[in-house]
Amino acid sequence: MSASTSTATPPVYRVTGRRVVRSEWSKFWSLRSSWITLGVAVLFLVAIGSVAAALYTPDGPLGGKDADSGAALTLALAGTNLAALAVGALGVLMSAGEYGTGMVRSTFAAVPSRLPVLWAKCAVYGPIAFAAAALGALVSFLIGSAALHGEPIALSLGDAGVFRCLLGAGLYLGLVGVYGVTVGLLVRSTAGGIAILAGVVLVLPGLTGLLPSSLGDTVSRYLPSNAGQSVMTLHASGDSLVGPGAGFAALLVWAVLLLAGAAYRLRRSDV
Amino acid sequence: MIEVRGLTKRYGDRTAVDGLSFTAPPGRVTGFLGPNGAGKSTTMRMIVGLDAPTGGTALVNGKPYAQHRAPLQELGVLLEAKAVHPGRSAFNHLMALAYTHGVPRRRVEEVIDLAGLHAVAHKRVGAFSLGMGQRLGIAAALLGDPAVVMLDEPVNGLDPEGVRWVRELLRGLAAEGRTVMLSSHLMSEMAQTADRLVVVGRGRLLAETTVDALVERSADKGVRVATGEPARLRSLLAGPGVTVTSAGAERLVVSGLDTRRIGEVAAEHRVPLYELAAESVSLEEAFMQLTQDAVEYQSVDAGRAA
Repeated sequence: MSASTSTATPPVYRVTGRRVVRSEWSKFWSLRSSWITLGVAVLFLVAIGSVAAALYTPDGPLGGKDADSGAALTLALAGTNLAALAVGALGVLMSAGEYGTGMVRSTFAAVPSRLPVLWAKCAVYGPIAFAAAALGALVSFLIGSAALHGEPIALSLGDAGVFRCLLGAGLYLGLVGVYGVTVGLLVRSTAGGIAILAGVVLVLPGLTGLLPSSLGDTVSRYLPSNAGQSVMTLHASGDSLVGPGAGFAALLVWAVLLLAGAAYRLRRSDV
Repeated sequence: MIEVRGLTKRYGDRTAVDGLSFTAPPGRVTGFLGPNGAGKSTTMRMIVGLDAPTGGTALVNGKPYAQHRAPLQELGVLLEAKAVHPGRSAFNHLMALAYTHGVPRRRVEEVIDLAGLHAVAHKRVGAFSLGMGQRLGIAAALLGDPAVVMLDEPVNGLDPEGVRWVRELLRGLAAEGRTVMLSSHLMSEMAQTADRLVVVGRGRLLAETTVDALVERSADKGVRVATGEPARLRSLLAGPGVTVTSAGAERLVVSGLDTRRIGEVAAEHRVPLYELAAESVSLEEAFMQLTQDAVEYQSVDAGRAA
């Protein structure tokens, strides 16, 4: 038995960005936890959204005469926060999880320049999370539309802004996936990463109330969760949300900051 | 070829590797020997760029490992710590690594067969025994058909058949002209596999030598002779540079003469011999001696420098 290949001339191998992406793609789908967590995220979106729509009554909090014309979307996307947790947690698992199992040593022995791995993880998982979330949001909206048929707040897919909101939900969750990957690389601990992410998505918006009100409002609007709300809300009402364009820009800025931090740590620290 | 020059790694005020220099040349099996905590694993991690050295350089085939276009083709490594996700199958683990370099699926199947993992290739790695995990690590190290193979404690957890397999594999790789470096804290393991030895302790180089030199060193410990007439043989053998000591009623230990000469003298004078054998110290003892010497030389050097 020889360790060499049977070919006469040695093969020419080379690491390329595309190949690292291919590797991360295969890593993602070859773990059961990826399928389960992604499924849970979609389930949250669809189940919570359709239950919310099914339980809707015109006398409820979202009904009445001055019901927001975007209420049907608000109902359909009611599961976004929980789905964001699942999607973000999966992002953390993809990166910090490798430190926990030791896989990271194999990963960076194969790609010792390291940064391609960060880009590849985001390039693989961002679109996957986006696609799953956009699909979940769409299904949730369609089920909700059927339940709300005939109600004054009913919307159809063709109505102005509806498509943008569903797409926005997908983009928001896709970026939350990227946040998860980067936070995981920054803290290198699955539990820690998920805790930070849950804190930012669920707890932090409530804490801005502790800041002086003018500052608190400004900060609050640009937090990932509220910026995320702006991209998937039909009509931003009041001061709590910025417009969808500004919201999306804020989400991108967060992503860039986190990517820069993760890249810095990846280059500077020992594995 | 691995060339390590003045390699140093400090964690705070603890020095794990201290100005280490050695070479692992192609076509040979270089044993990296030292007690646990001597800095072997840290050195290997620095060679593959997982840890950045505080000082010094480690070159793989003339370049830092991370600067190669196809690192896995230059050097394949098995690290001591687990480096596999337990939820993935052996096949998928190897495929994920193969994709980064464009290594074909055919090669993945080849190393799976080579490592004897065919039957378990599609099982989750988490269910593997220590030995099977070790085989998977070795398969991963060979994946890129590398010019250098570096294995940290490769026989850990392997059964005797597995240990023999690793030995033959490594000797075969060296015979093909590849550089092979393996670490161990067991001299006996090294003696059976390595040609050259790099001995470290407390992060420092204690000796860079060959197994043959060590064997030679250990050979000269005298000749054991058993005879019915010890007193007569003793006087017959006496001469310049020869010492004979008594080691029991009918036993002598002779140094300064080899077995052949002693046998001739005894036959000439019709002294019956019951036993005639060259005494050797164990390699383990020779190794201890050697490292002791190395430590002494170092302190002398330090004294001169001061």
